[in-house]
Amino acid sequence: MVSNILSWLIWLPVAGMVAILFIPREKADVIKIVAAVATGLQLWLAIMVWLSFDTDSGIFQFTENASWIPSFNINYALGIDGLSLPMVILTPLLSFLAIFLSWNIDKGVKGYFALFLLLDTGMIGVFLALDFFLFFVFWEVMLLPMYFLIGMWGGPQREYAAIKFFLYTLTGSVLMLIAILALYFTCGHTFSIPELMEIAPVALEGSIWWGMSSIKVIWILLFIGFAIKIPVFPFHTWLPLVHVEAPTAVSVILAGVLLKLGIYGILRINYPLLPDAVFWFAGVLAILGLINVIWGAFCALAQKDLKKLVAYSSINHMGYAMLGMAAVIAASSYLGENYIAAQAGLNGAVFQMFNHGTISAMLFILVGVIYDRAHHRDIEGFGGIAKQMPVYAGITLFAFMAGLGLPGLSGFISEFMCFVGAFGTSPFFRTVVIISTFGIVINAAYFLSAYKKIFFGELNQKYSSLPDINGRELFTLIPLALITLFLGVYPGPFLDMIKETMNVLIDQVVLKGSFAHLP
Amino acid sequence: MNNVQSIPYYWPELILVVTIISAIIYDLLTDPSKSQRVGMLVLVGLVLTQCANLLTASERQLTLFLDSLALDPFSQFFKTLIILSTVFIIFISRKSNELKMYRTGEYYTLIGIMVFGMFLMVSAIDLIMVYLSIEVVSISSFILTGYLKQDQRSNESSLKYVIYGAFSSGLMLFGLSILFGLTGTTKFFELQTAFETLNGTANLALIIASVFIMAGFGYKISAVPFHFWTPDVYEGAPTPVTAFLSVAPKAAGFALFIRFFHMIFSDTGLLMSAEFGIATIPWPQVIACISVATMFLGNLVAIQQSSVKRMLAYSSIAHAGYMLMALPILSNNGIFAIMIYLVMYLFMNLGAFFVVIIVKNKTGGESFDDYRGLGWEMPVVGVVMALFMFSLTGIPPTAGFIGKFYLFAAVIKAGPSFYWLVFAGGVNSVISLYYYMHVVKVMFFEGSPSEKHFFPSVLESTLIITLAIPTLLFGVYWSPVADWITSSLRFFYQSI
Repeated sequence: MVSNILSWLIWLPVAGMVAILFIPREKADVIKIVAAVATGLQLWLAIMVWLSFDTDSGIFQFTENASWIPSFNINYALGIDGLSLPMVILTPLLSFLAIFLSWNIDKGVKGYFALFLLLDTGMIGVFLALDFFLFFVFWEVMLLPMYFLIGMWGGPQREYAAIKFFLYTLTGSVLMLIAILALYFTCGHTFSIPELMEIAPVALEGSIWWGMSSIKVIWILLFIGFAIKIPVFPFHTWLPLVHVEAPTAVSVILAGVLLKLGIYGILRINYPLLPDAVFWFAGVLAILGLINVIWGAFCALAQKDLKKLVAYSSINHMGYAMLGMAAVIAASSYLGENYIAAQAGLNGAVFQMFNHGTISAMLFILVGVIYDRAHHRDIEGFGGIAKQMPVYAGITLFAFMAGLGLPGLSGFISEFMCFVGAFGTSPFFRTVVIISTFGIVINAAYFLSAYKKIFFGELNQKYSSLPDINGRELFTLIPLALITLFLGVYPGPFLDMIKETMNVLIDQVVLKGSFAHLP
Repeated sequence: MNNVQSIPYYWPELILVVTIISAIIYDLLTDPSKSQRVGMLVLVGLVLTQCANLLTASERQLTLFLDSLALDPFSQFFKTLIILSTVFIIFISRKSNELKMYRTGEYYTLIGIMVFGMFLMVSAIDLIMVYLSIEVVSISSFILTGYLKQDQRSNESSLKYVIYGAFSSGLMLFGLSILFGLTGTTKFFELQTAFETLNGTANLALIIASVFIMAGFGYKISAVPFHFWTPDVYEGAPTPVTAFLSVAPKAAGFALFIRFFHMIFSDTGLLMSAEFGIATIPWPQVIACISVATMFLGNLVAIQQSSVKRMLAYSSIAHAGYMLMALPILSNNGIFAIMIYLVMYLFMNLGAFFVVIIVKNKTGGESFDDYRGLGWEMPVVGVVMALFMFSLTGIPPTAGFIGKFYLFAAVIKAGPSFYWLVFAGGVNSVISLYYYMHVVKVMFFEGSPSEKHFFPSVLESTLIITLAIPTLLFGVYWSPVADWITSSLRFFYQSI
């Protein structure tokens, strides 16, 4: 076992980046191989962590702590628990696959792969950071490479998409920074997340800012910061645009990892630090989840661009996770201590997070495959492709079925768990769940009709010589498909991995927070 | 301390004066084509001055020349900052094509005189000294701004600067003379006690005096509504002078502002106590509003600029606004935050201006069009410029973020009543992102990969890298800077 394994996980891509910067730009293949090796090693380390992770414990493991800036009590603190472990496995996996998806990049190869590795470091750093300042720095470090990757290697409107993405996320970050500082000064001058989990629920009680409880103010600031990333309904407009303009590999990372950061942030920061506000906000969260589900589904139904369709389906899928998250309040004594519902909801939300990571990654890869060949993504512009590309048609069918939540594939289980959790919470939640199940129907409608238009009917003669999916592309799809299938049939290992942490989180919320605390 | 006793503590300034005089004489004796050497002479003088500055470091606050100058870690901090930026500016000036046509002997001499003026500014504790030091700095900068004799815009901006400068310093002088009339003294320490005996009998006069003095300081740090000279002067002046004006005199202005307001108004409780009419104006709120107006104006107008140099001019107004944010809370943390911001700002802003000079030397222009595809043609310059832009926006892990972090922290620490100020600062960071990223956009997103890469000369590369390293390094590890500032502030409060 490597010591300081979490630091290795974070800094390995940076080492790869530095190596790439010293390789002459003519040697494009060497650059790609270095990037693949760096992310491959990172994936191997992540698997090592997973194998030696103690699933019976809900506390932080493999912790590291070093003083960074003592005068401001900033520490380099890392740790992993059941909430971050799935994402710590998913991030290197998708990064590794994304390197292969980017194999055809020919413009500015050196810059592209260097930035990609920096993005990787930022993402995994957020999942491992236990110091709020460190968390914020990694959160922001992701922005720079993302901005360049979209702006330099994106589609025709890439400049607009890049700056829109940057402006939206920076707005959220600024609000988050204010919340971080407010927490620091009101809760014993510490940035340590485990310490804040102890101090914040008590220290903030009773203080009023601008006629509002400080707990609510901080919750709102943090929530907006994370909601922009998820993205939650009124803040979602950047997502379809950015997805359409981004290159395939960036879309995969964006949908697979970046959107999860929002959910992860809420569960890591908002829930344990501000448990009182969870009760205040759970209803709103469920409603926002409902809007995401229905709005995302209807928007997807109206799209002509396949990539936009998949992007809106991401918004829809995040809605299910939000519903599941809101169900945590079921375990409070006020709602009859329904622990089963709370567990189902919270585990479902984290599971949905992971599953959407694999499924949407597959979908975006598949969109990229057809775009590379036909140079457009217009759903109406194809027809009868199934005859020409049978393998591609088969694997797309699999991915679409996973996307619409077919039983037997992982998406179904997590969506079902989210619904079950929310259903058991209260009559109000029950109504929300009933309405949002319509989202699933619409889901099926747009996936199936898109599939029909693209693959069935008369073969469009323009595409009579399209080559089928190649080995490199299959290599990126198959691991994801296998995970989706395996977890759809046998989700036990995954749920075992996260359940202890979720129990700790539920206890933290329902024992430290209540409806009554807020003025 | 009387005049003779003070001299042993006055080595830095004395060395500086000797440097200036020998620079003038040397310039007279040498061939005009070799006038660049004067710059090297001034550089050596500055290095010696800094050595003397470090050697005279005192453990407590000393007052020199019959209580007209203070020697304390606070002033030594700012002196170091000023010397550091001047050293960079001298190197940068050597590389500027704008100045090549002119004989530059006087140019470097004037920079030396300005440094002397700023030394006085950061240590002044006497009203006359305040005025004199500001004038020494202003008059040298008027001439430096109009240094390009053949260039109309340079002449125009110099004239504008003279008119604004004269008007503001006139106002300030008027305010200072009212203070003298009320109290019969010009010394800061005696002013404090004199105010207590006034006991609220001359409230109107006090209010007028403080408003006029504020105008003088506002002009020096280009805060709204005294900022009108800034964009024109910054655009017309030779770019090295613009870079200099946006950093060193601004730092000196903040030092003077902090010392004056903390010693005279806030320490005696004048700002807060109900007996004094001056307290009827809510000064903290007024400064907070000036700060917000300054950042909004700077940022919103910067968006519309088509010249990078003018954009940076407006952005430097915005940065003054950010720093002003930390003044109204009247706390040690606020001063600390301003000081750390100035350190960070020095590197990133000088760096950005230096890139403007390199680009102008190559393409001959300063507009955004001249930056098209720069990242592909000159990768080193492009990447470094992107770093400076990110830092000016305040995105981690760069120095600019740490500066903003401390500013925000200081304001938030002051309690919920100032949270709106932080929100204004946050909104402005997002606005500034738009135009800073515009530079990055034209450099990298437009244009296409070129086979031929253009690399700047060794001195130029060394300089931008020297500026870029702290910009990145202080974003990751800034403990030494923080410790240095803490030790500079240690005696500030006890002594005054």
